[in-house]
Amino acid sequence: MIWLSWRQFRLQAVVAAAALAVVAIALLSTGAHLSALFDSNGLATCRTTCSTDAVNFNNQLKGSTTELIFYGSTFLMYAVPGLIGIFWGAPLVARELESGTFRLAWNQSVTKSRWIAVKLGLIGLAAMATIGLLSLMTSWWASPLYDAAQKGGGNSFSINKIAPPLFGATGIAPVGYAAFAFALGVAAGVLIRRTIPAMAVTLVIFAAVQVVMPLLIQPHLISPARLTAPFNANTANEIMISSPGNTMTVVGNFSGPAAWVLSDETITPSGKVFTGPAGSACLSSTAPPQQCNNWLNSQHLRQLITYQPASRYWPMQWLELAIYLVVAAGLSVLCVWQVRRRRG
Amino acid sequence: MTAAIEARGLGKQYGRRWALTDCTLSIPAGHVVGLVGPNGAGKTTLINLATGMLTSTTGSIAVLGKKPASDPAQLASVGYVAQDTPTYSSMSVEDHLRFGAHMNPAWDNDLARKRIQQLDLDPKQKAGKLSGGQRAQLALTLAIAKRPQLLMLDEPIASLDPLARREFLQVLMEATADQELSVVMSSHLVTDLERVADYLIVLVASRVQIAGEVSSLLATHHLLTGPRRDTASLPAGQQVITESHTDRQSSFVVRSNEPIQDPTLSVAGLDLEDLVLAYMGSAKAGSNHPMLEGTR
Repeated sequence: MIWLSWRQFRLQAVVAAAALAVVAIALLSTGAHLSALFDSNGLATCRTTCSTDAVNFNNQLKGSTTELIFYGSTFLMYAVPGLIGIFWGAPLVARELESGTFRLAWNQSVTKSRWIAVKLGLIGLAAMATIGLLSLMTSWWASPLYDAAQKGGGNSFSINKIAPPLFGATGIAPVGYAAFAFALGVAAGVLIRRTIPAMAVTLVIFAAVQVVMPLLIQPHLISPARLTAPFNANTANEIMISSPGNTMTVVGNFSGPAAWVLSDETITPSGKVFTGPAGSACLSSTAPPQQCNNWLNSQHLRQLITYQPASRYWPMQWLELAIYLVVAAGLSVLCVWQVRRRRG
Repeated sequence: MTAAIEARGLGKQYGRRWALTDCTLSIPAGHVVGLVGPNGAGKTTLINLATGMLTSTTGSIAVLGKKPASDPAQLASVGYVAQDTPTYSSMSVEDHLRFGAHMNPAWDNDLARKRIQQLDLDPKQKAGKLSGGQRAQLALTLAIAKRPQLLMLDEPIASLDPLARREFLQVLMEATADQELSVVMSSHLVTDLERVADYLIVLVASRVQIAGEVSSLLATHHLLTGPRRDTASLPAGQQVITESHTDRQSSFVVRSNEPIQDPTLSVAGLDLEDLVLAYMGSAKAGSNHPMLEGTR
């Protein structure tokens, strides 16, 4: 059974190995440059106030090939699980059903359950190993970028591993995505029985899950931390008045540690979201803006921020991995059960 | 001795249509069984039920005493060549032999290689590039070399040219002679089976019409011709399969365990094809014969 799994997987394995090799070469050949730049900007040795160094480092990278590779590798981390689902998962059983070879495969001295279980297990492991390796390579390569972002201080950089899209492109969560995508592809193939439609369904469902998960579920995997701070109109990011009704929308400036900010609301002393109405100081077209700011500052407004702190990166990664692995296991059980009762 | 196939009230329903209805059979081991019937009669359904490719809607089936495909040992004891003789088109002949060896503990490698050699197949050739006849031979080789006790073939030669048919049947017959092998082989043509089968099952319109050893079937079926007479006037022991009447003459195909002793009737034997056609005609005419079992 192991021989058969390997023989039928050989081509895909070779393609995957070649692709990994290309990525490895690209990362290895540019990685040295990136860490040299990190060192030359003094980021390796700086201990306390590193933000200037970090800004310089960042500016040097803007528009460079390195930046492209960074975005490219982030994209790859999302694409590879999908590709695994489409090209490894979907055809696994569907092609046998389509070409009639299941009648040959299922009448050897190996039960259907074992046949599907071994295939699911071995190729599923290969899928997880592939994305795991890719994750290791890209993390190693991008580590100067993450270090610089951390030393540069918080949210001022767009490189923030706790928030999407980087959260799902780093660490161990992608291993879960690959396992899920693979099992999803196999299940689609078993149920639909045709390769191409199964591939399409796999793509659509996987893409949908990858959008819905970070939008709706990921933020609440661990109940978000809350933080309130006095609102300061002088440093506010946004003050907007809309007529009629003179309702106000004000967004304060949050400069906490690196975090995934889920919501940032300005609330009144009674705890309601502040919506105005705007005081006369803000409505007059002749009064200086500072008058409006003063009026706002006298309203005892507070900023309420819910967020996932960066320190939760690993707990959330493990949770994410566990959720996807459980779903993948569920889909695998469905596959085994369906193949067992599958009719010719 | 365990029956090769033992079915009780076996039925398979697809949606509203019954592909096989109330099939009760006991096929003793050691026969080459011809399973014959028109297209769509349920032959493939019966074979798929017997190989565990399908699960039945009603009744039960035991193959070599066990539920089909229930465990590796049962699977190992049954060889199966499916309709259109599927093989992996991207795998070479050699790969197929390795496949057989890895998937079957009782695999007879010498036998497999000898057959491939005799068939003059290039081991490096991809199965997808083989002719239909070669592919069928490869599929048969895989099924034989796993050393089964029962070999089931679903219309294996329907798509082959006459020469390939003959070669295929020859290989099959050699294998049955060499190994102690029971064979069940389906076809919609009696002529395909005539030379090889010593046991016959006629399946028409999802029902088994008759099953039994060819020699006893031929011995107990007669074509009677005589002056026109009523069917009811035949003795009770003679079961009428088909009848036809002209103004002056009546002819019947009857089944009788007793010799026919009516002097007004001329008695002739039937060949296998006539016999099968009689049952097919009878089923078509809608006369609902109870399931008939051949003498064991």
